Amino acid sequence: MTLLIDLVLLAMLALTALRIIFLKDLFAVVMLFGIYSFLSALIFVNLDAVDVAFTEAAVGAGISTVLMLGTLALTGRNERECERSSLLPLLVVCVTGAVLIYGTLDMPPFGHADNPVHEHVAPRYIQDSPQEVGLPNMVTSVLASYRGFDTLGETVVVFSALIGVLALLGVRREDNSLTPESGLKSHLVLHVVAKLIIPMIILFALYVQFHGDFGPGGGFQAGVIAAAAFILYALVFGLPSAFSVVSPKFLQVMASLGVLLYASVGLYSMAKGGQFLDYNKLAANPIDGQHYGIIIIELGVGITVFAVMLSIFYAFSSQVARLNIR
Amino acid sequence: MLFLDIVSGILLIAGVFFGLSGAMGLFRFPDFYTRVHAASVTDSVAAILILGGLLLQTSFDLNTAKLLFILAFLLITSPTASHALAKSARHGGLLTLAESKHSKAGQAE
Repeated sequence: MTLLIDLVLLAMLALTALRIIFLKDLFAVVMLFGIYSFLSALIFVNLDAVDVAFTEAAVGAGISTVLMLGTLALTGRNERECERSSLLPLLVVCVTGAVLIYGTLDMPPFGHADNPVHEHVAPRYIQDSPQEVGLPNMVTSVLASYRGFDTLGETVVVFSALIGVLALLGVRREDNSLTPESGLKSHLVLHVVAKLIIPMIILFALYVQFHGDFGPGGGFQAGVIAAAAFILYALVFGLPSAFSVVSPKFLQVMASLGVLLYASVGLYSMAKGGQFLDYNKLAANPIDGQHYGIIIIELGVGITVFAVMLSIFYAFSSQVARLNIR
Repeated sequence: MLFLDIVSGILLIAGVFFGLSGAMGLFRFPDFYTRVHAASVTDSVAAILILGGLLLQTSFDLNTAKLLFILAFLLITSPTASHALAKSARHGGLLTLAESKHSKAGQAE
């Protein structure tokens, strides 16, 4: 049964990818990218990787779609015709693809019990993490504790994405009187429903943030979900009122504070006599120390991801607003 | 338990039927508004029936509560999404099938 579901999902994934290649309408392409992300999330669920599926659904299908739509509003909806011959690019793509396929020939067979991944690291985590870290959700143990340094790197990557976007675009605060009348102003149903569900989304984000130790979730997903709540607010009530709720300046401070919070946990554990990000030293009992450390660094990740996603959305949509005024 | 299983089976099958008919409508209906109507059937009725069927399959624990939350969320959001879609099409000046026929007839005269 699982195999059948996998086959159907993979076939749909391949069809979506092919359709994306041949479509010229970029709006439809963005929508198909969302579908692609949801399909891969379903495949991850089928592989029992719920944390990854959650991230894929929240980031891939949720936030990226919104950000790509924001980009489309700036650049235009249709793909430009390419005048040059496409033979050389085709050749490059074919050769690269062939090399990649040749590379997969050496990979161990899929799902085989003797694969290297099942022999060294995974059994170690599965056997020892309940004693060493003591979290029911082992994915969080691996992500936040064993691989805490990698996760710090990922958080910094997210943060530097924000720096890049702000350096290129910047968030512009326009005079409120200049902002054109949005069609949504008269949209009573959307206003009521948005007011109803935004608190629920934020509550869910907090649940995902602090329940990540026990179930699927964590800082990345929670940050994205919380950002989605504010993006919904900005879309329905207009960018100026969103700016007055959460100002871009505040978000920039938050984004750097999250990374700082994460890194300072590492420095604090060094001050306590451990290594960088050695949570065992955070409390008298090593297990308690692990729990404190993981909760704090997940909070840092959540704050940074939330602030970065919302800032990038602000940057894009304030440019769109400026374009509309012209 | 057998009774619940039968009821949940009926609900699931009905949900699948409405989902399929919504998909058929999305492909076969002639214009945007009728298609939105078909798609919103999938969003609302089919999702409610399938979730209802799944609710009866749980052992009335935390999973039931989670499914109820999803149900409540879908009940609020999916009609709103359909409404917003149709309204923004209207706002953008898209005519319904009857109206566009009418305006074409007017132009011909």
